[in-house]
Formats: sequence, structure tokens, C-alpha cells
Amino acid sequence: MARGLSLAALRDAAAAGIVAGLLALPLLGFRLLDSAQGLSLGYRLSWVFYAVIGVFLGRLVLNLIGAKWAARPRSTHHNAAMARFTPSASQSEYIAGWAMIAIAFVLPFLPFVDRNVVDRMTLVLIYVMLGTGLNIVVGLAGLLDLGYVAFYAVGAYSYALLALNFDLSFWICLPLAGIFAAAFGVLLGFPVLRLRGDYLAIVTLGFGEIVRVILINWQSLTGGPNGLVGIPRPSFFGLEFRAGAGGFADVFGLAFSPAQRIYFLYYLILALALITIAFVQRVRSLPIGRAWEALREDEIACRSLGLNPTTIKLSAFALGAAFAGFAGSFFATRQGFISPESFSFIESAIILAIVVLGGMGSQIGIVLAAVLLVGLPEWFRDLQQYRMLAFGGAMVLIMLWRPQGLLSRRTPTAKLAEAGSS
Amino acid sequence: MEFLSRACAGGAGIDYFLQQLVNGVTLGAIYGLIAIGYTMVYGIIGMINFAHGDIYMIGAFISLVGFLLMSALGITSVPIAIAGVLLFAMIFTAVYGWTVERVAYRPLRGAPRLAPLISAIGVSIVLQNYVQLAQGARVKPLQPMVQGGFTFSPGGEFHVTISILQIMIVLLTLSLMAGFTYLIQKTPLGRAQRATEQDRTMAALLGVDVDRTISATFVIGASLAAVAGLMVTLYYGVIDFYLGFVAGIKAFTAAVLGGIGSLPGAMLGGLLIGLIEAFWSGYCSIAYKDVAVFGVLVLVLIFRPTGLLGRPEVEKV
Repeated sequence: MARGLSLAALRDAAAAGIVAGLLALPLLGFRLLDSAQGLSLGYRLSWVFYAVIGVFLGRLVLNLIGAKWAARPRSTHHNAAMARFTPSASQSEYIAGWAMIAIAFVLPFLPFVDRNVVDRMTLVLIYVMLGTGLNIVVGLAGLLDLGYVAFYAVGAYSYALLALNFDLSFWICLPLAGIFAAAFGVLLGFPVLRLRGDYLAIVTLGFGEIVRVILINWQSLTGGPNGLVGIPRPSFFGLEFRAGAGGFADVFGLAFSPAQRIYFLYYLILALALITIAFVQRVRSLPIGRAWEALREDEIACRSLGLNPTTIKLSAFALGAAFAGFAGSFFATRQGFISPESFSFIESAIILAIVVLGGMGSQIGIVLAAVLLVGLPEWFRDLQQYRMLAFGGAMVLIMLWRPQGLLSRRTPTAKLAEAGSS
Repeated sequence: MEFLSRACAGGAGIDYFLQQLVNGVTLGAIYGLIAIGYTMVYGIIGMINFAHGDIYMIGAFISLVGFLLMSALGITSVPIAIAGVLLFAMIFTAVYGWTVERVAYRPLRGAPRLAPLISAIGVSIVLQNYVQLAQGARVKPLQPMVQGGFTFSPGGEFHVTISILQIMIVLLTLSLMAGFTYLIQKTPLGRAQRATEQDRTMAALLGVDVDRTISATFVIGASLAAVAGLMVTLYYGVIDFYLGFVAGIKAFTAAVLGGIGSLPGAMLGGLLIGLIEAFWSGYCSIAYKDVAVFGVLVLVLIFRPTGLLGRPEVEKV
């Protein structure tokens, strides 16, 4: 019995090794070398050998450790499909949420935390905010949006342009950027909300690309590929973060340090993210929040109960877009520089991955996924080239490991999606 | 708006029009071949195979390696070299398609609908960076291999050129599509695919090996993408690791435009996308050609939400 098992494991590993060899042969085994005379071919067939051996051994170890692991994704799926939707957060999640908020507040004062960590966490919080906003559209209203980054871009560019051209302060531009992004969301949403499922996905993806192309090509307004520079930094109720008289440090009698601005930005985004989260949590139990979820579960039932799908979808789109607009204007003021490069499809993919990995609707899941997908890769910046490779690989592995997302208790769509929607 | 003010200078004659038509049909053939991969996978397992564009990019790279290998082996005859590379690229790209399905999608069968999509996006990132690391980020050029063409001038003021390469691309696409339609309509594999598409559980109960059928779908899709990759390598002469993304989006757009899940739809959609792109580039501005493509997509979907040849979905209550 055991011998039969190990023989099967060996055979399976050998097959995996052969496949790895076939994969590696054309692209790892040969190297395209460019030179003045054109391309020539380099050989490094030893790499193919390493790939085969590596995959063979890896597969063998996996097989021997347990067939259990391989069978796992299927069984978790089964359980989740059975799981029912429970609107109230469980006790432990509630406590964990407050604990996270507490940690976030004291983070800059912890002994092992330096400026870089705070800066990284600022970035993570931007993605928490974006993830929360997208969660309204994807998680609550069930509309797959692959072009969310467009609203983020609209927010960032509206802030930058308003601040640069009209000299408005951050606090006036912030709501304006949100309003612009929301208006854009309505504009975009209006024609496409009749579409369902994947058609909507591709159209939103297309819109995301259109926005980026326009940003690149509308030189006179957006500065083209070079972007906009010298975007004003936010001030602390009119006090600027600069050295000398009248600056923030001077008025409060502190020694000037550039770190003050970083800490201020951290608390600013923390406040924005918390407001977003609180808003979304509240709105979920309002009629409109219920309507989003009802619409996601069954559009026909909604319609026959007298709900207007178009308004409901539009409101989800507009609200999600507004939060992206806020996040975008914060991003612009933090960077001081924006260019279309920051708003490519990969950003949409990361934000969507945060929502899905977080478990579609779980707020704590979104925070965890943002830390995992945005925070951790920042630590490995030294690995530069391999970073994105590992990022993509991690995305696949986490999905295989937990198809329901990290916190999967709230996966109401699991069952109905198979029966009803496309 | 700036991009509207410099839009669409008309006035060029019939020859210019014909030239754009020829270019558009060629481009459309390439998009159509990629679109088939999207539409088949969508039809059979209902997921957007986001990594398909990158499979096409891998096909282009494998073709390039194949061409250099051919010249290293001393094969100088162009038709033999192309035929050899075609086979080489189709086989090895198919292995990539098969592996992606086996590793990243099969374990997620039956998982929530967005799980395979995220997994596919992950695969797409992996493939792009893998090729970038293995082959470098620089653009890879290839010497033109197929030269010559026919020039004629019905309007008298401008020469219309149809290159041999363009004819080859269109003919190859047409024959592949004919063969492919035959495969789907007449062979046991095609029957199994159509059965799996309609009802996976029922097909499995009736003895169709569902896993193998789905694998075969990915293998076919990947080899068609490899052909498209080979053609684009020959046609444009430069490739890079990022090639798959935009082409993938456009091919998916083509599939949606034609009505996703429908094979003739994918071909028609590909052709239309190619034509729109060529005419917009020719008459309006190259910079906004992608905007035009997506604009038309939005318009079509507003008036025909299931695409041109797609069957309207009937929702049972």
C-alpha cells in the first residue's frame, strides 16, 4: 500500500518534472542576445536541468507530505458554499477590529518603528481606503469593476490641477476631488450598468485604459507622460510643514524635522481610512446598503419588489468612485508628483485582489490583505526584479489556499452565483 | 477637448481607404485568433482567462527563439522555417496553456466566481515577469523574413500594397478557423466540449472526461495564440514582454464585441477591432486608437448587451 503510494508519487513527480522541462526549454534554455548585428541565440541548457530537478523534487516532497494538501481547496469550497450570510460581525472580529485601530494609532510611537515604516503604512492605508471603496462596488453591489484605478486617477489629477491652477488648499480640494470622481463614476456607470457580469468588467477595464491614454496624450492639461510636479503639500490647519518662522514646528515650539510631515500624513490617511470604513459599515445597514446586497443576490427579485436597479447600481458606483477620489487626492498630495504611470491596470488588479483576498465584504479581511499585498512587498524592495514575480505567484497561491479569501465567513455569493448569475 | 479637435481629417482617396482596409483585415486576423482562446475558455468554464494575452506573448517569444534556432540549424528556406517554427511554437505554447490551467485554475473549479479571475491576474503577472527576467526587458527585433508584395493603384493617386506576409496571415487564419470549426462541429472532442459547455455535471455523468476536455480547450486556445504570436513577430518584427497585455485586452474586447462564447462572434469581433484600429489610426490619431476601440465596444454593448452574435441570456427565476 505504502509502496504503491510512493510509486505513484514518484511517477507524478516525474511527470511534473517533464512538464517543467518542456516549459523551461524554449524560454530558459535559450537566451535572446541583442547586439548590433541583430539577435543571436545564447544557450544555457543547464537552467532547464535545474528547473526539471527542482520541480521534480518539490513535487515529490509535496506528494509525500500528503495528498491531503492537494485535496484541500476542494473541501474548503464545499464548506463555504454551505455557509450562510450573517450580517453581524462576530465577536472576535469586532475585538480584532478595535485592536487594529488601537495599534494603528500608537504605531508611530512604538520603539521599533521608524519613518520608513510609517511611510509604508501610509501607503498600506491608501490601499485600505481604496479596497474599502471598491468593496462597495464589487463586494456589496456585486458589480465587477476592473477599472477602479480610473477614479483614483481622476481624484489625483483633480486635486493636482485645482491646487496648481487655482491655488486652492488641500481641504477644499479633497471634497471637490471626491465629487469629481463621483460625477465621473455616474457618467461612466450610466451607460454600462445595463451590462451584466463580465461585460461590465471588460467595459470598466476599457474605461480605465481610456482614462490612462487620455492622461498620457492630453499634454496641455495633464502634462502627458511627464505628469504634474510641484503639487502643494497639505497644511496643518494653515500651518505648513517647513523650517523657519510660521511653520508647523515653529508655532508649536518644536524642532523642525521632515519626519513631522510623514507622521502628519500618516494620521491624515488613518483618519480618512477610518472615516471611510465607518461610513461603509454604517451604510451597510441603511436601506441603500441592503438594496446593494439584495441586488447582488437577485436582480429580478429586487425589481419585482419595486427597487430601481439603475439608481442602486449608480449610487454604489458613485460612492465607490468618491472614495477612490479622496484616496487619489491624498496620494497626489503625499507624492507631490503624479504621472499616468501610477494609474495603470496593475493598480486596479491589486485593489481588486485586496477585496477578493480579504473575503469580499469583510472589512478586517481588506486590512489584512492590504498589509499582505502592499505592505510586505515593500519590505522586499531589495529583491527588485523578483518582487513582482513573487507577487504574482503569491496571488495565485493565496487564491488556491483560500478561494474564499482570508476571512471567508461572509461569502453570500458563493451559492447563488452558480445558480443564477452569468 | 484637444483629442476631438484634432480628430479625423478626411479627404484621402480610395487607395488610402483600401490600404487601411488591408491593414485592418490583417490586424483583425491576429486579434481573432487570440479572441478564440478567450471565448472558448469563457464558454466552457465561464471565466475570463486573463493570462491568455500573456500566453500569446509567450508564443511570440517562443517563435522568435524558434526562428533563431532554425537559422542555427542551417535551415534557410523560408517556408520550411516558418512551418517548423509554427509547429515548435504551437507545441511549446500549448504546454504553457495546459500548465496554467492545471496549476492555477483547476483547483479553483467551483470556487467563487472571482477566485479564478484573481488567480488568472496573478498568472499574468508571473508570466510577464518570468519572460522579463529570462529574456530581458529590451525590445527584441527580428529581421524581416518574408518580403515582397503586390502593388496596385485603382484610384490613381496612392499605391495600395498587399504584402505576401499579409496574404499569408489572412490565409493561415482562415484555414485555422475552418479547421477549428470542423473540430468543434464534427469531432468527438468538439462534441465533448459543447456538452461540457452546456452542462458540466450532466456531461460528466454521461461519460465525458470533463477535466480532460477543459485541458484540451486550453491547449487549443494556447496553440492558436501561438500562431498569432508567430504572425505578430513576423508582421511587426519587434516584440517585448509587455506585448500580451494590450493585445489581450483588445482580443477580449473582440470576443465580447462578437458575443462571448460564440466562435464566429470571436472572429467577427477580431475583424471589427482590427478594422476600427486601422481606420482610426489612418484617418484620425494613432494616440487615441485604443480609445476608439473601447468606445465602439461601449456603444455596441449599450445597444446589444450580449454582443453582436451572442445569444441573449435567459434568466430563470
